[in-house]
Amino acid sequence: MKRATKVEAAAELIPEGSTLLIGGFMGVGSPHRLIDALVERGVGGFTVVANDTAMPGTGIGKLVTAGLIARAVVSHIGLNPETQAKMISGEIDVDLVPQGTLVERIRAGGVGLGGVLTATGLGTPVEEGKQVVEVEGRRFLLEIPIRGDFALIAAKSADYKGNLEYSLTAHNFNPVMALAADTVIAEPHTILPVGAIPPDAVKTPGVLVDHLLEREH
Amino acid sequence: MDAKEIIARRVALEVKDGMLVNLGIGLPSMVANFLPDDVDVFFQAENGVIGLGARPPEGMEDADLTDAGGAFVTAVPGAASIDSAMSFGLIRGGHLDMTVLGGLQVDERGYLANWMVPGKMVPGMGGAMDLVAGAKRVVVAMVHTQKGKPKIVPECTLPLTALRRISLIVTEMAVIQPTEEGLVLREVGPGVTVEQVQEATSANLIVQDVVQEMKLA
Repeated sequence: MKRATKVEAAAELIPEGSTLLIGGFMGVGSPHRLIDALVERGVGGFTVVANDTAMPGTGIGKLVTAGLIARAVVSHIGLNPETQAKMISGEIDVDLVPQGTLVERIRAGGVGLGGVLTATGLGTPVEEGKQVVEVEGRRFLLEIPIRGDFALIAAKSADYKGNLEYSLTAHNFNPVMALAADTVIAEPHTILPVGAIPPDAVKTPGVLVDHLLEREH
Repeated sequence: MDAKEIIARRVALEVKDGMLVNLGIGLPSMVANFLPDDVDVFFQAENGVIGLGARPPEGMEDADLTDAGGAFVTAVPGAASIDSAMSFGLIRGGHLDMTVLGGLQVDERGYLANWMVPGKMVPGMGGAMDLVAGAKRVVVAMVHTQKGKPKIVPECTLPLTALRRISLIVTEMAVIQPTEEGLVLREVGPGVTVEQVQEATSANLIVQDVVQEMKLA
């Protein structure tokens, strides 16, 4: 049985300069209450690993606006002009990674693999500085694993054991990130009694979840 | 009929019954509007759904169901929601029958550049590199020229999206197939002559005896 953590207490767990894996795709499936609590607290210098930086005023976009991100490892910043401006001014160091490579690098970090071999990025600026590996006559880029100090993930529902179930396109990076951080903080929309989420519907086993955010008020 | 509609109607004829198809944002997404009734396909949105449906009625949107551009969508009966690792596994693993993407440049080798203009537009590649590297067929749907400047060029001057010869270029003026030998002009647009296509194209085009006028869905 997990104990419900208050959102302010969860934010307090995260030291300045931490590497955060944050779920979500343009804000869909992002842990919005946790993000708001981090903005409220104002401690930053974070490296954020996420699909994108959403839009100003939405999800991870709020961390950008609040100036809490020092480095962003993301696949897309096209819908957030603030991220682009801060990249150009040097305030945020942006590392652009192809989306499929990003999720597999995080997965590799989470499942104990030494890297990923992918043809994605060959012959493009993504190849620069990377090792090319030939396997059975085909060329691949060696992409190295990514891990975080914290994974901040959102789910549709949790049970008292921390088992998580996701909804529609709000899965995105969340189930993968739950494997790849030292500390996993899950923000469910609802918390249900054990058994209410059938075993077949559990996408993230509760054993991976360290802190479960209390219910929405 | 404007240029974009001609392109979308021509690309629609490339979509065959039973396919899994990924449509890019903007012009490529218009293709879905022109599919013949007897063509039954699944559309994938790489943020996590197979079986993308139409826009929901206003006020009935599900916050957890969007397309890869962040727009609210629905899911068709038989749809599946998937996480990003599965989504890009489908793309890279050869399970995606076709992707339709926009383009900035395509060259005589059939290489595509469609994700950045150095110093001007650096939105990030998102899923584009994985889609071009991994989909079984890559169809580029774009207007033939940009402010009068050819987009089908001898060699891309913009950073490439992938080291992969794309399958087909469809513009309002022409259907062009990249081959081992070079770019073969297959069809011309409604009322367009071969000479007009050549004039609007800086790449060398291989013109065979028969160049048909394109049919539209």
